[in-house]
Order: sequence, then structure tokens, then C-alpha cells
Amino acid sequence: MHNSSRRGFMGKAFGAVAGVGAVGSLVAMKKTWDPLPSVKAAGFTTLDMSIYKENQLVTEKWRGKPIFVLKKTAAMVASQTDEQKERDIVVDGSHFMLAIGLCTHLGCIPAYKGEAEGFLCACHGGKFDWAGVVTQVPPPRGFDIPPFKIDGNKVILGEVGPEYKQMKETGITL
Amino acid sequence: MAHFTKATSVKDWLNQRLAVEKIEKVMASEYWIPKNINFLWAMGMVLVITFALLVVSGIFLLMYYVPTVDEAFYSVNYTIMREVDFGWLWRHIHGVAASVVFLVIYIHMFTGIYYGSYKKGRELIWVSGMLLFVAFSAEAFSGYMLPWGQMSYWAGMVITNLFAGGSLHADGLVEWIRGDYVPAQAFLGRFFMLHVFLLPLAIMALIGLHFAALRIPHVNNQDGEEIDFDAESKKYLDGDKAGSKVMRFANDFMSKDMMVVGIFLIFFFYLVFWNYSFAMDPVNFDPADGLKTPAHIYPEWYFLWSYEILRPFNIDLGLILFGFAQVIFVLLPWLDRSPNAVPANRRGLFAIWFWVMLSNMIILTAMGKLPPEGVFSQIGLVSAVLFVVQWIALPFITAREKKV
Ligand code: HEM
Ligand code: FES
Repeated sequence: MHNSSRRGFMGKAFGAVAGVGAVGSLVAMKKTWDPLPSVKAAGFTTLDMSIYKENQLVTEKWRGKPIFVLKKTAAMVASQTDEQKERDIVVDGSHFMLAIGLCTHLGCIPAYKGEAEGFLCACHGGKFDWAGVVTQVPPPRGFDIPPFKIDGNKVILGEVGPEYKQMKETGITL
Repeated sequence: MAHFTKATSVKDWLNQRLAVEKIEKVMASEYWIPKNINFLWAMGMVLVITFALLVVSGIFLLMYYVPTVDEAFYSVNYTIMREVDFGWLWRHIHGVAASVVFLVIYIHMFTGIYYGSYKKGRELIWVSGMLLFVAFSAEAFSGYMLPWGQMSYWAGMVITNLFAGGSLHADGLVEWIRGDYVPAQAFLGRFFMLHVFLLPLAIMALIGLHFAALRIPHVNNQDGEEIDFDAESKKYLDGDKAGSKVMRFANDFMSKDMMVVGIFLIFFFYLVFWNYSFAMDPVNFDPADGLKTPAHIYPEWYFLWSYEILRPFNIDLGLILFGFAQVIFVLLPWLDRSPNAVPANRRGLFAIWFWVMLSNMIILTAMGKLPPEGVFSQIGLVSAVLFVVQWIALPFITAREKKV
């Protein structure tokens, strides 16, 4: 009896030490898998918005991800529905579709097939129009819009400006 | 205290220290195998040999492979394929074995389902087998990342995105798995570690568990007969070898196993030397490019059936059904409510269930490879729904089965 309670105590004492060690090592392991500070820091890209041509898709790069920039034609701007207008980004009087060029389904890059057909994702058949609104599932929502700040005729990706903040708050982008 | 005597032979010396004779009996010469089994029971041994081929060829690839995003592609496609003498041989063996191993796993699985070898004490064999399937899937996926070609990159992108859980938007989890916003160096490094160390280790441990779970219930047989292994082995040891229903695993049954392995290896090396290209996707001969998606992204053939279950639905439903397809096979021993552990052809409705399930998975595989357009999408949708309905129906079908 005396013995067994002593063993019981030793068992519990070891359990406590091992428990602390186990939790500690799990924390270390989790943190080791986190993105490195250098990866997180390298996150800003500046775009000069005056160089783009109307209805020509250009793919820029931000945090390793493709960024779609499409300057809208006057006809496009005139025909915008409310849903399309919400996503419109106006820089220096020109209207743009600016978005992360990854399908919101599982992340393939959709191809731009021109004004009528919009974007087609070859992976599982998703479609988006030229304003970035989803028109065919499986993608659950339109293109995500990266954090941006308008500065004259430039746009800084990675910084949060008032236009982006509003889009985020109203749920237009995630 | 243990008592040791002067050894009379090397064997005796080892016996006193390791009980080698006893181990040999338990694992080989007195491990009893029913006589009424066919070549499908050799698939386990074929899998062991294929795994050995993967390990050996992997070790040789590992000596020249460089796990960095700048050099991985060239270390595989230039150094290993062109510079290293016989480097191509290891790569072809590795690629062909990684593909063929799944074909054999599927045959092995469906053999088990057909003969009811997951019931009556064999549940743990089934569960450990399904864990092996999961571990092999992870091993194949992580290996596919290593050459860092276009398919590596985009398969890595798409599959890690599954962990965002659709509308749950667990993007933090996805970035944690990758160690970056997109698959990059951190991602390649950790998948390299998983592929060459942690997962092979887990596979070896699981193979040990699989065999241990088999030792007490013994293997099933093609007639669904309940064999009294104690009585039959006694008969055998008493000299009535012909009258006994069992035989020794080694060397008696092994000789038949190795015959099948021999035929398999001839076919295998035919593929390695003359027909290896099915195991190497042409798209993966372009280096990874994060700004250009290949026209069609599809997984290797062995993942196509579950991929096709994901595809026709919106993301949340697709993910739920995909998850369902991944785990449901594990539950087979409990979803099958019938008391019969006999071949499917004697189980009435279950026989139909079995053949429909097998054919449907082949159809799903074919549709997964075709572009998601027109009539193919519709066939895929019907097949995916049928797959789910069949699993829901299984407990009801089997509960009504009469004891045979
Ligand atoms: C357990 C079963 C295994 C499976 C299913 C498997 C699967 C694969 C696959 C699909 C690839 C890509 C093939 C290619 O594109 O050539 C690959 C590559 C590789 N594997 Fe494995 N593997 C296994 C075991 C191992 C082991 C045990 C090692 C080493 C200890 C290893 C080392 C490598 C290396 C270094 C590469 C990159 C070179 C290359 O792509 O040719 N593998 N593996
Ligand atoms: S990734 Fe675009 S439809 Fe699936």
C-alpha cells in the first residue's frame, strides 16, 4: 500500500514533467512550420497604373501570386451591373479590374478569353466575367482583391487604403 | 537468473540469446496458411517487394537530388537523368513502382472486400490496411512535389488549398502547411523531409502492424470456410500433410507467393525499360512557374476517382463528399451488418453491390481524367452520387442478408 502510493506519486510526477515537455515541443514544432519573417516581410509591390492598355489583361506578381490587371473600356464601364461596379477600382479617372489571379475554388490561374467569355478556369470548369464576378461554379465567389492603396496614378499592393478597407468591410472581398 | 551453457553451434548460441528457433516457428514454419487460396493472396507479397523497390531506388535518387526550388528540377531532369550512370534506371523504377503499387493496392483491397476478409477478428487488418493506403497516398503526393515541375507546383497549390475547408476560409492553416503564401522553398523542404524520412518510417511501422494483426486470425480463404487452425496444424505435424487443410507459410506457401512475384517482376521491368512514360507526366517536364497554370490539372490516375467526387459540386459540398470518400472504406467492417464472411457471389444483393462499386470507381477514374465538359460532367455527377448512395445503402442491404 505504502509502496503503491509512492509509485502512484512517481507516476503522476513523471506524467506532469512529460506533459509540460510534450506541450512545449508541440509549440516549438508548430512555430517551426510557420512562414519565416523574411517571407512575411517581402510583401509589397508598386504598380504604375498609367501603362496599361484597355481590355488587355496583364499579370503582375505579388507575394508569389499572380495579380490580374485589366483596364476597362468605356463600353465596359457603361454597361456595369451593381455587382460589377462594387469591384471597380478607379485610379486617376481610369477604371480597373484588379484582383488576385487565382481561382477561388482551388487556386488555378484562369485564362482570359476576351470580353464576351471572360475568364475560364481549366481545372474544374469555373468561370468569371471581365469584372471578376463568378458566373459558373465550382468557385464560391468572385476573384479576391489584394490589399491595395491608391497613391496618385500608382497602386501599392500589400498596404491597406480606404477603398480596400471599405470593400473588405462590405464583404466584397475576403 | 537466466542460465547460459557453452554453445554447441552458432545456431545454439543465437538460440540462447535471441530464441531464433522460436521466432522462426511463429513467423514462418508454423505460421499456418489455408490451402484453398488463389493467386490474389500473393498481392501482399507483391506489395512488400514493390515497397522494397521504392526504397532502394529512392536511396539512389536521394544521393543526387537537391531539395531547393532553384536546383530540384535540374538535379532530377539533368543530373539524375543524363549525367549519373544508370540514374534513369532508378528514376524509372521509382516512378513506375509508385504508380503500379497503387494498382496492386486496389486489387488487394477489392480482394479483401470480395471475400469478406475484414470480418470476424480481421477488422484490425482492414483498418491497418486502410491506414497504409492513406500513408502511401501521402507518400506519393509528397514525392510528386520533388521534381518541382509544373504539375508538382500546381498539384501542390490545389491540394494544399483543400485544407482551407471551403467556406471556412482557413487560409492561415494553408499558409502554415506551406510555410509561405504559395508553394515555395519552405514547402519543398518540408515535403522532402516527409517523403524521404517520416512517411517511409510510418509506412514501415504500419506494415508491422498489418502483419501483426494478421497473425492471430490467419488469412481468410476463397470458400469462406472457418478453419480450426489448431486441429489442422496438429494433423499436419502428425504427418497427415495431404489431409490437413493448412500448410506452412515458409517455405511451402512462400514458394507459390514468389512464383507470382516473379511474374509480376517480369511485367514490372518490361514497364521500366520499354513503357515507363505513363508514370511520368509530360507537363512535369516544364519547370515550376507560379504565374502559369497548365491547361489541365489532373492528379495521377490513382487519385482520379476521389477527385471526380470533388469536381461536380460547389466547393463545400464537394469537400464534404471528398472527405466522405476518403474515410468511408475504413468503416466497411461496421457498415457491413451481415454475419456472413463468405465470397460475395454467395451473398445475394451484396454481390451486385460489389460489382457496381468496382465498375463505378473505374468510371469515376475515367471521368476524372477527361476535361470537365458536357456529357462527361453529367456522367461524373451521376457516378459520384451513385458512389455515396451505395455506401448509405450498404448497412440496409447487408442487414437483410440471410445467414448462409
Ligand atoms: C513508399 C513508397 C514511395 C512512393 C509511393 C514514392 C513516390 C514517389 C513519386 C511519385 C516521386 C516522383 C517521381 C518522379 O517524378 O520521378 C518520387 C520521387 C522521389 N522519391 Fe519517392 N516514393 C516512395 C519512397 C521513397 C523512399 C523510401 C525514398 C528515399 C529514401 C524516396 C526518394 C525520392 C526522391 C529523392 C525523389 C525525387 C527524384 C525524382 O523525382 O525522380 N522515395 N517518389
Ligand atoms: S480551381 Fe478553378 S474551378 Fe477548381
